[in-house]
Amino acid sequence: MTLTGWLQAVVIFAVLIACTKPLGSYMFAVFTGRRTWLTPLIAPLERALYRITGVRADDEMNWRQYALAMLGFSFVGFAYLFALLLVQGSLPLNPQHFPSLSPGLAWNTAISFLTNTNWQFYAGESTMSYLSQMAGLAWHNFVSAGVGIAIAVAVVRGFAAKGAGSLGNFWVDLTRACLYVLLPISIVAALVLTAQGVPQNLNAYRTVTTIAGGKQTIVGGPIASQEAIKELGTNGGGYVNANSASPNENPTPLTNALEIFLILLIASGLTYTYGKMVGDTRQGWAIFAAMFALFWLGFAAIYHAEASGNPLVHQLAVRGGNMEGKETRFGVAGSSLFIEATTGTSTGAVNASIDSFMPIGGLVALLNLQLGEIAPGGVGSGLYAMLEFVVLTVFIAGLMVGRTPELLGKKIERREVQLAILAILVTPIFVLIPTALAALLPAGSSTLGNAGPHGFSEILYAFSSTNANNGSAFAGLGGDRFYYIATGISMFFGRFFVAIPMLALAGSLAEKRPVAAGAGTFSTASPTFVLLLLGTILIVGALTFLPADALGPIADHYLLYAGRTF
Amino acid sequence: MPSERALQRHAKARPLLEPRILRSALRDAFVKLDPRVQARNPVMFVVEVGAVLTSIYWGHAFFARESSSGFDFAISAWLWFTVLFANFAEAAAEGRGKAQAEHLRRTKSDTVAYRRSPEGSIEAISANLLRRDDIVVVRAGEIIPGDGEIVEGAATVDESAITGESAPVVREAGGDRSAVTGGTRVLSDAIVVRIAANPGESFLDRMIALVEGAQRQKTPNEIALSILLSALTIVFVIVVASLYPYISFAGSHASIVVLTALLVCLIPTTIGGLLSAIGIAGMDRVMQRNVLATSGRAVEAAGDVDTLLLDKTGTITLGNRQASDLLAEEGVEIERAARAAWLSSVADETPEGRSIVTFAQNLLGSAASERTPEGTTFVPFSAYTRMSGVDLPDGTKIRKGAPDSVLAWCNEFGPVHTGLMPDIERIARRGETPLLLAVNGNVVATIALKDILKPMMGERFARLRAMGIRTVMITGDNPLTAAAIAKEAGVDDFLAEATPEAKMNLIKHEQASGRLVAMTGDGTNDAPALAQADVGVAMNSGTQAAKEAANMIDLDSDPTKLIEVVEIGKQLLMTRGALTTFSIANDVAKYFAILPALFVAAYPQMSGLNLMHLATPQSAILSAVIFNALVIIALIPLALRGVRYQPRGAAVALRTNVLIYGLGGVIVPFIGIKAIDLLLQALHLAG
Repeated sequence: MTLTGWLQAVVIFAVLIACTKPLGSYMFAVFTGRRTWLTPLIAPLERALYRITGVRADDEMNWRQYALAMLGFSFVGFAYLFALLLVQGSLPLNPQHFPSLSPGLAWNTAISFLTNTNWQFYAGESTMSYLSQMAGLAWHNFVSAGVGIAIAVAVVRGFAAKGAGSLGNFWVDLTRACLYVLLPISIVAALVLTAQGVPQNLNAYRTVTTIAGGKQTIVGGPIASQEAIKELGTNGGGYVNANSASPNENPTPLTNALEIFLILLIASGLTYTYGKMVGDTRQGWAIFAAMFALFWLGFAAIYHAEASGNPLVHQLAVRGGNMEGKETRFGVAGSSLFIEATTGTSTGAVNASIDSFMPIGGLVALLNLQLGEIAPGGVGSGLYAMLEFVVLTVFIAGLMVGRTPELLGKKIERREVQLAILAILVTPIFVLIPTALAALLPAGSSTLGNAGPHGFSEILYAFSSTNANNGSAFAGLGGDRFYYIATGISMFFGRFFVAIPMLALAGSLAEKRPVAAGAGTFSTASPTFVLLLLGTILIVGALTFLPADALGPIADHYLLYAGRTF
Repeated sequence: MPSERALQRHAKARPLLEPRILRSALRDAFVKLDPRVQARNPVMFVVEVGAVLTSIYWGHAFFARESSSGFDFAISAWLWFTVLFANFAEAAAEGRGKAQAEHLRRTKSDTVAYRRSPEGSIEAISANLLRRDDIVVVRAGEIIPGDGEIVEGAATVDESAITGESAPVVREAGGDRSAVTGGTRVLSDAIVVRIAANPGESFLDRMIALVEGAQRQKTPNEIALSILLSALTIVFVIVVASLYPYISFAGSHASIVVLTALLVCLIPTTIGGLLSAIGIAGMDRVMQRNVLATSGRAVEAAGDVDTLLLDKTGTITLGNRQASDLLAEEGVEIERAARAAWLSSVADETPEGRSIVTFAQNLLGSAASERTPEGTTFVPFSAYTRMSGVDLPDGTKIRKGAPDSVLAWCNEFGPVHTGLMPDIERIARRGETPLLLAVNGNVVATIALKDILKPMMGERFARLRAMGIRTVMITGDNPLTAAAIAKEAGVDDFLAEATPEAKMNLIKHEQASGRLVAMTGDGTNDAPALAQADVGVAMNSGTQAAKEAANMIDLDSDPTKLIEVVEIGKQLLMTRGALTTFSIANDVAKYFAILPALFVAAYPQMSGLNLMHLATPQSAILSAVIFNALVIIALIPLALRGVRYQPRGAAVALRTNVLIYGLGGVIVPFIGIKAIDLLLQALHLAG
């Protein structure tokens, strides 16, 4: 580990903290219908959209209506992308003449982008037409992020409500998330990326003769615009197969830092929005603290593992960190930081091969997914997943102070516990069971890239990633019908069976009148609570996944140090 | 304070487990192996299924003469012990509760009741056959056959069977002391009682149901916790079941017995096994304080109380105010004023009345021996007029009472003037109660009544404040007096010149701002407020109406008892929370014991995970299972007594309990499992 490596992380984090409050306040204004400096510019467009679609902006929805609108919108979006991918071969903007996708791949890809996962069983530059990229995938990059923010805002409204049952209006939240938050930041970010050399064109690929005399195809397309929302919206689906390791997507250390910043930006801003909406910004900072404590723990562990390097390589008298599968322009620190950011959120973009990380580095990435993406998590989804742990922690801790547990003055009772538990049960069910099936069935292991514990890690990582709506992968798993279906199911439940119980929980809390806090209630903004929250997250996560992880990366680690590799 | 004496008395009288309770609990532990009983508790049901499963494997291994049969036997035996220990905990709690309940109802069952038919004939029947609204006659020396209300007559009643207090009490028809309790004995006179409850529905019957596991209704927090525990159990079933294919994938084979052992170690058996015992023991503790609760929910709600309404008289003060001063109106001779005071109170049997008589006698000296004229009518005090007095045969009307009420009365005679207002205010400011004395509409004097505070109340209120509970003193006094007493007693707030309506409004106001309110009461006019309050405690000496409206009855009729019930409610939740945290934290060490043992066949290099250096895989697994079972036994005393409760802020309580039960829960099993492993090695009991 080097000082500059740590400094790189500290500088990005400092800028992030500096942006948390202004962005959080801005989003607070946007979602509570207050005027912002962008209102004069965007409001006419917003009103026009409502007129065209027939949305009545002041209609309030209860949690059921909100969840139904969200599901309806998602279903239509799925059908649209599925159809588009099935017929892209006969549509325009396809200079490379890529054929239409197979139904299995189209189905899996549609769910993947719908759920903000962006798990890719294909190589973008040799599969997707410009039209599919722009009108299909980029559209979903925006709206799946917008849906995540909308759900989070609705959940927070329920937590903050004083006895009113309404969670807001889904269509308005979605529209505002896209128009006021995602679009402006993406435009600025895309311009910076273009200035740093990321392509942005609609030209056909160019074949050039290199200095050494070889032939090389240079990919074109609207990459910069796609790249900006890919990181900002924590989508992670690469325009090209190499994702952010490719110079086409991530050419310089500066773009690397910018992409890390974009990945973390909205999730951390939303913590401040949460604080403002519940009327106590310390509540938001407490969540911020818990999220970034996990982030720094994860980064330190990955960075340490990668910088320590591979003992077997050291025996060959090659000193230094583990550089296998990493880009030299990012180095160990830039890669470790990027992987922590992308797995701590639901992004899944990669600038290095996680498969080639040291077993402990891979383990941390895997644990980030298994904890449910809360360090600081996907846009919106990070906040509501964290709130689910907050409810659980408040319940256990509240009993210990001798009162019916209260969160923000609202009693956490049977229904709240039931719903929080439902959301927490999804992860073990849709990670451990499909992994068990894959381990048992020939179809599950026939496409693995490695044997032994490393091969097992590939399976476990795939389901952890899809269930957490991350999208990053250990290499190895090939696309076949088993994985198309199994990962599709895992992605679907990972998204909606966390979001819907959380909306229901918010709906239930919205109907409760808050009680004034007294000396008998403990503060959910205190350092003690943050520590307790971290303890709950780590113990629940570790207890659920430690046995499986032990047979994957942990076994890999012990075997590596015993001289065995796979 | 009687309640604290009572508390100490009980604490001395009751060891944790009497031999009789121990014996029946041991028997019940086996009876409760019935799967229908276990199915009520998902966590322990899974353990029992595991015990059956491992027994079958052992049987198979035994007859096939496999080498693993000794190990399989040890695991299955300890799984059975785990279930038995949990059953024992519940049975022991039930046993204690039932012993307490029997103590309360001992006299009740074999009582003969003399039922009066509507025609007036009287028949002797068993008390068990009495229905609600039956009329029974109880004469001196007989035992009252059931809870009810006196409709005719008055009697002295010995309630020591219930309250433990030997002094007899007066119970009479009408008024606020008309209720009688089944099992108490009439000492003098005869009374006619209307029975208030059908067999099996009395407060005592309902209380008994709360300490019997099979019929017990779970409380809301307990249900929420059970859901959490069931969900954790599901998670661990998935975790352990999926390990079988994972280990196969790694090219090895997992033994079902070992996987079952792992599952039982991981699911929250500590809290799952003790949850029901904690709830029953909580109700038992309430009963030990001589309080009957109608539901566990009420006790749990007591732990959540934010505001406590306490009547001044009898709760904060001793209830007998003493006359301490008499100031005559300008132009009125002191003798005349003293004589009017004497006349107004001579028929007044309240302690205040008697103290005024004594005070007036001291002023009058020899003239005091005079008798009241024939034909004097006594006008008793009422909560509405807030005055009392006498009407003399010559037409003279004397009234004493709250100044505003007396002035209002004087106004009926014509314009009224008094120069006593500054004195009245001064008396009130001292925290004494000023009374105004008037004759035929003319003010003659003001009398100061001094309140005597109960000892140690300040400490109790400080205790409540530390718990985050606000105390409000309810009093009929004027605001000035109330403020002075409130300050002296150390309550947070007060409601002065309280009428039943004002009391009700205060409760509603507190509830509207989201607070839970508790109050005590005994009178019929307290009944609506008792029903409105979230926790209402009626005094056993109170009226039937008050008792029916309340959700708890204090057999000792001690209004400060509420404070203890609040503490029990809090302790109940804390015990559950602490053991849940402990149970979950324990799993970390169990993973480090069992996982290396489980995986070492597939990957021998993973022995590095064996942090505790347990001797062999078999010994590691067996040690974890034994620790898991023994910890239930070790925690039974904690479950029955509850965690130590100290009144303090939530932040401190949270920090302390997290350190003890969270961090302690992580560390203790590392030590315990290692110790058992060493012991097994020393005794050559495991591979």
